[in-house]
Amino acid sequence: MTPIRVVLAKIGFDGHDRGLRVVARMLRDAGMEVIYLGLRQTTEHIVAVAEQEDADAIGISIHNAGHLTLAPRMVKAVRDAGLEIPVILGGIIPDQDIEALEEAGITAILGPGASAEEVVDAIKTAANRS
Amino acid sequence: MSGDPVPEAGQAKSSEAAAKSAWRQAYEAARLRDADFETMSGVPVEPVYGDVPYPGQYPFTRGPYPSMYRSRLWTMRMFAGFGTAEDTNARFKEILRHGGTGLSTAFDMPTLMGRDSDHEWSEGEVGRAGVAIDTLADMRDLFAGIDLSGVSTSMTINGPANVAMSMYIAVAEENGVGRSQLAGTIQNDILKEYQAQKEYIFPPRPSMRLITDLMRFTSAEMPRWHPISISGYHIREAGSTAAQELAFTLGNGFAYVEAAIAAGLDVDDFAPRLSFFFNSHSDFFEEIGKFRAARRIWARWLKERYGAKDERSMKCRFHTQTAGVSLTAQQPEINIARVAIQALAGVLGGTQSLHTDSFDEALALPTEDAARIALRTQQIIAHETGAPDVIDPLGGSAYVEWMTDEMERRAEEIFGHVDRLGTGSMLEGAYAGIEDGYYVRSIAEAAYEYEKKINSGRRIVVGVNAFTEGDTGPGNLLRIEQETERYQLKRLAEVKQDRDETTVASALAGLVAAAAEPTTNTMPAMIEAARAMATEGEIVAALEDVFGTYVEPQIL
Repeated sequence: MTPIRVVLAKIGFDGHDRGLRVVARMLRDAGMEVIYLGLRQTTEHIVAVAEQEDADAIGISIHNAGHLTLAPRMVKAVRDAGLEIPVILGGIIPDQDIEALEEAGITAILGPGASAEEVVDAIKTAANRS
Repeated sequence: MSGDPVPEAGQAKSSEAAAKSAWRQAYEAARLRDADFETMSGVPVEPVYGDVPYPGQYPFTRGPYPSMYRSRLWTMRMFAGFGTAEDTNARFKEILRHGGTGLSTAFDMPTLMGRDSDHEWSEGEVGRAGVAIDTLADMRDLFAGIDLSGVSTSMTINGPANVAMSMYIAVAEENGVGRSQLAGTIQNDILKEYQAQKEYIFPPRPSMRLITDLMRFTSAEMPRWHPISISGYHIREAGSTAAQELAFTLGNGFAYVEAAIAAGLDVDDFAPRLSFFFNSHSDFFEEIGKFRAARRIWARWLKERYGAKDERSMKCRFHTQTAGVSLTAQQPEINIARVAIQALAGVLGGTQSLHTDSFDEALALPTEDAARIALRTQQIIAHETGAPDVIDPLGGSAYVEWMTDEMERRAEEIFGHVDRLGTGSMLEGAYAGIEDGYYVRSIAEAAYEYEKKINSGRRIVVGVNAFTEGDTGPGNLLRIEQETERYQLKRLAEVKQDRDETTVASALAGLVAAAAEPTTNTMPAMIEAARAMATEGEIVAALEDVFGTYVEPQIL
């Protein structure tokens, strides 16, 4: 079986990349292929890379309280491109926002303190490889 | 170099006695707080115990001043900023009313990135993580009704620091407060942005030019202003170890010293106004060792490598903030205990100012109640524990002295690496380490190692991987409504409507001309642009035309 391929990126201004860099290492150690785009990406660019790299999942990380605007925009960009790649959101996400984000089409949400196991499982489940 | 200097055996007694009497003299000349320096049970305590070096004596391991908190407590500087400038202004006034003695400003993400509220990426970010400042009009609102000659203001901004500084100067002068009266600090530490926090705009070398412009400007015109706060805080938050925080921060400090010397300044003209900003995390003795080592290393390098003659150049004075990254979303109220311990480490480490985090900050910006508890925590340390009555009370502890030496030794190893990268220049070493991903990779590896220890249970984080019962959820969180963004966009549109476009265009052209000429100081032209009501985004864009825009190498 080919390894799961995950695109990791941050959208817009938010520069908090500690979490995303740790997640990248967790996924890599779990045998996944990580395409690390890093900071200041546009949703269009993330989708283009995900399509080109035949990614199984897109992971985005938001720490600036902009998740209610930015995460749905990411999902929309994937759908507008006619793709069905699951979008996983990490970062500081208050519980009360989870429902709205799930309704907007976010596949999984990983908050502060999520363990490596939880992170890897969330990606596997999203990529239908659990 | 490790350990404090030990005098030769024969002279030891007399030189120690001389050091003690010199300290005693300096201490007695200092004005002391109106307080009874005795324990709760009425036992009088001496200002300091132990041997050389005494506080205020090179290499300042025990503190930069002879009387430390016996003269003046640390500044309780609480970082605040959210929503519109008016909202933050109200929070500032609240802080002053509650006995806070310094103002500290958090800006929102677009402002920190040098973009206006109407930039495409600003949607959803305006006023969320700090205050939105687009033009001089917002800066006026931010400080309305506050006498800028009577407060010390700290502005936490880096890439566009000189723009914020220009607007602050312009507001003060509109209110009849001359720039020479302004006291405060602007963070303006761009190296750690490429290394850790990632709020850069221009490439490293032109950014360094802007920093040296502000250093030259403040050296000449703003004697009470600290033009840079060299910050390890964000390096630590990004995942570094304590020793990496110490070494990268001081290493960056050496780089700024070299840049300023290269720009023609004398080390003793600017070094006394450099200040530092450290993190205080939960490993109590490691933190205290780190703070003590920072003072000793800085003193030695400034004297021995950079030839400083003025002792003030050798004094590492720093602000401390408790570790935001240590706050847990689980059982958030237990963060109050973490913050208290971290704050005490900062005080025992001899910090000059302190910000205590609010317990709810793992989840959102603090509520007013949580911010009040955080300030009260400092007041308990100041007024109930007796900690400020004795200077460097842990000095002489075998463990603390060993830890101080060990932090210094580990930092020196890292300095050696950076110095080699720069073939004998700490400034070139910093550039090289940014370009080849050395800093980013070292910090990310340390963050991952730490995470793995938590995952495996080898390191316990209370409430996260042990003792997890009793989590009742987050409770009340501060919500910033979309209303802020709508208001700010309207305000920006109005300012643009009312201003004179010809004045704006000519001010921006003046700035471009200044920037294009490497020896011209850009500050006067930038202040003119601020007065002309040019937006922050316009000023930054004008500079990008000359300097370019930085893109991080894609190194994991």
